[in-house]
Amino acid sequence: MQEIILIKYGEMALKGMNKRSFEDVLVKNIRRRIKSLGKTEITRAQSTIYLKPADECFDVNEAMDRLKKVFGIAALCRAAVCEKDFEDISKVACEYIDETLTYAKTFKVNAKRSDKAFPMKSPEICRELGGVLLGKFNHLNVDVNNPEITVTVEIRDTNAYVHAENVRGAGGLPVGTSGHAMLLLSGGIDSPVAGYMMAKRGVHISAIHYISPPYTSDRARLKVEQLCEKITPYCGSIAFFCVPFTKIQEEIKNNCPEEFFTIIMRRLMMKIAQKICEREKCLALITGESVGQVASQTMNALMCTDAVCEIPVFRPLIGMDKTEIIEISRKIDTYETSIQPYEDCCTVFTPKHPKVRPLVADVEAAEANFDFEPLLNEAVEKTEIKIFNPDF
Amino acid sequence: MSIYLDNAATTKPCSEAVKAVCDCMEENFGNPSSLHRAGLNAQIAVDNVRKIIAKSIAADPSCIYFTSGATESNNMAIIGSVGVYGKRKPRIVTTSIEHSSVEKAMEHLEQNGFEIVRISPDRNGEISHERIVNAVDENTCLVSIMMVNNETGYILPVRRSFYGIKKLYPQCITHCDAVQGFMKIPFKVSELNADIISFSGHKIHAGKGIGGLYLKKGIRLQPHIFGGGQEKGIRSGTENVPMIASMGAAVKILSKNISERYKKATDLKEKLCSKLSVIDGIYINSHEDASPYIVNISIPGIRSEIMLHFLEEKGIYVSSGSACSKGAKSGVLKEFGLNDSFSDSAVRISFSHETTVSELSQFVKAVEDAKESLVKSR
Repeated sequence: MQEIILIKYGEMALKGMNKRSFEDVLVKNIRRRIKSLGKTEITRAQSTIYLKPADECFDVNEAMDRLKKVFGIAALCRAAVCEKDFEDISKVACEYIDETLTYAKTFKVNAKRSDKAFPMKSPEICRELGGVLLGKFNHLNVDVNNPEITVTVEIRDTNAYVHAENVRGAGGLPVGTSGHAMLLLSGGIDSPVAGYMMAKRGVHISAIHYISPPYTSDRARLKVEQLCEKITPYCGSIAFFCVPFTKIQEEIKNNCPEEFFTIIMRRLMMKIAQKICEREKCLALITGESVGQVASQTMNALMCTDAVCEIPVFRPLIGMDKTEIIEISRKIDTYETSIQPYEDCCTVFTPKHPKVRPLVADVEAAEANFDFEPLLNEAVEKTEIKIFNPDF
Repeated sequence: MSIYLDNAATTKPCSEAVKAVCDCMEENFGNPSSLHRAGLNAQIAVDNVRKIIAKSIAADPSCIYFTSGATESNNMAIIGSVGVYGKRKPRIVTTSIEHSSVEKAMEHLEQNGFEIVRISPDRNGEISHERIVNAVDENTCLVSIMMVNNETGYILPVRRSFYGIKKLYPQCITHCDAVQGFMKIPFKVSELNADIISFSGHKIHAGKGIGGLYLKKGIRLQPHIFGGGQEKGIRSGTENVPMIASMGAAVKILSKNISERYKKATDLKEKLCSKLSVIDGIYINSHEDASPYIVNISIPGIRSEIMLHFLEEKGIYVSSGSACSKGAKSGVLKEFGLNDSFSDSAVRISFSHETTVSELSQFVKAVEDAKESLVKSR
């Protein structure tokens, strides 16, 4: 029995003339994610991608797990391929859904006949196949309104397909269709979630992180690298930029009023990030800020950081509560890593009483106490790059 | 040169595992909990092994925990999960052919008021998944089933049983003692439907004193070793870094060719069985579709221990039952329906990927000699 995966896309199907280019990117992303599992044949028809394993040892379970994390896919299901012949359909259905039906109580049959040349009409297929399944699994009951299992038969161009589970995909748009942006990754709970959310909208992500040894440790950096790795199943390959930030932080501490420490630090981080964006051709910055969460994320503070930004800053979490953010971080499995208790550069030298409503003019004046530009350029020069790929 | 045919008891560490131990002890000797770089390097080594093992069974690395061996893993899994999930559900389902580390833990719980349901093999020496599933009810907190029986190689229907149990009673914890299956029979955690899986290092050519647990995300265990909070507090105590490294090295090598080695073992088993089957008075107790790594035979009239020592004189090492019971009479073979004359004369031969056909020929020859020269008891 041949098993295939049917991949259906959501939002993309609504695209007009450039639908094809979205499809191309999605197929490329799919190929990349399952390449290590063995050879496959990928074809597409009627807003569906057919993934047919060409290797005997191809692991369909694993492929399903990986594809569930690929953006641009609305739903996917594994299905058994049958001849376009009712007898074969019944035989394959009994065999293929055997285990599922053994432990189910209610079911219904659903038929989709896109090939109208097939002699039986959809209701007839449902009725007949339902009868066959009831005959074999006599503990089952039919429930058309709220069945535990829906057995679906699809009669398509070349074959018929039988499946009993429809899995929701990750949704969104294929990564790479919406441009390239730089994620400021701190090591906390929020920033990986922000990266995930933008990747969901098709953005290809690079990440930037600031380290301040000896104030921050190797473990803190390792933790951020792990976070990067953890989001690659969703975001695809990520270039990770690690910026040495010690000198800059020391000079802020030495030259600027304590109450502005965090805000100036954030402005300088943004400046460095933009310099790297220019080099790497990133069109925007992404942060995990949520309005009012901490002193540096009040509207005034955001205004002060934005004052140094010449490219858009995306803040997908801006209107979310911490609990909502945590929920997503658990879903994408970054939570446990994020809460490892290592000091990061944002918590070094934190002022006791930061200015909650800083004014741009005050901050600019405070920042002018020292010429940071040479240090910023030095930091960019000494930035280390590492590439993270989905680990398989 | 000795011929070692007792690989289900323990295996010879592979050179990669030995090297990993030496490297760790000489260079990477830090305490993974230390804040400095020596500590970090040790932690990285440990986490790296977590990744290797997780990958080999298609699990998430954060689900892998290290223990001192499979006995500890089984105890942690059983006593630990019952501590969390057994407060209102006093029933546990297992089989009558489990390893002593499972059986004794069950006896301990039995003395503490739990009802232990032990499914025995039927007349054909088999345990069907239906019988296991049917034994589970809403008061069952845990089902523990081994993957491969260590004495006969019988493969239990773990996947299908756990599938049914999870469908009917999703809250019931499923544990699989996979010691004789890990790195021998290909399996993936997602397909096994197991919440907890135990495995051992020294059965797969790593060092002794190391084993592990797979613990599905969201499943909690009550710890029974308290201290520094290592292994997320489930199993305190400084990590055995050298042995963990040895297990990582062994799994890295073995996970590449599980299917090939399985085929090779199948071939060895077939050859051995066909050679033995032409000798009068030798009976093969293992099922045809049992794990190819283990062959259990009986030579009625010659007591296991005498045969074992006779073979030992010729440099051939086999086992009389499970090595853990040190020759104590095993109840497991009886459970499989073997009568006294069969179970008293049972010999277990277990292969590794290094076992050769010529070694098996020498073994068969030695058994024939034994039959000739040993005085038969009645």
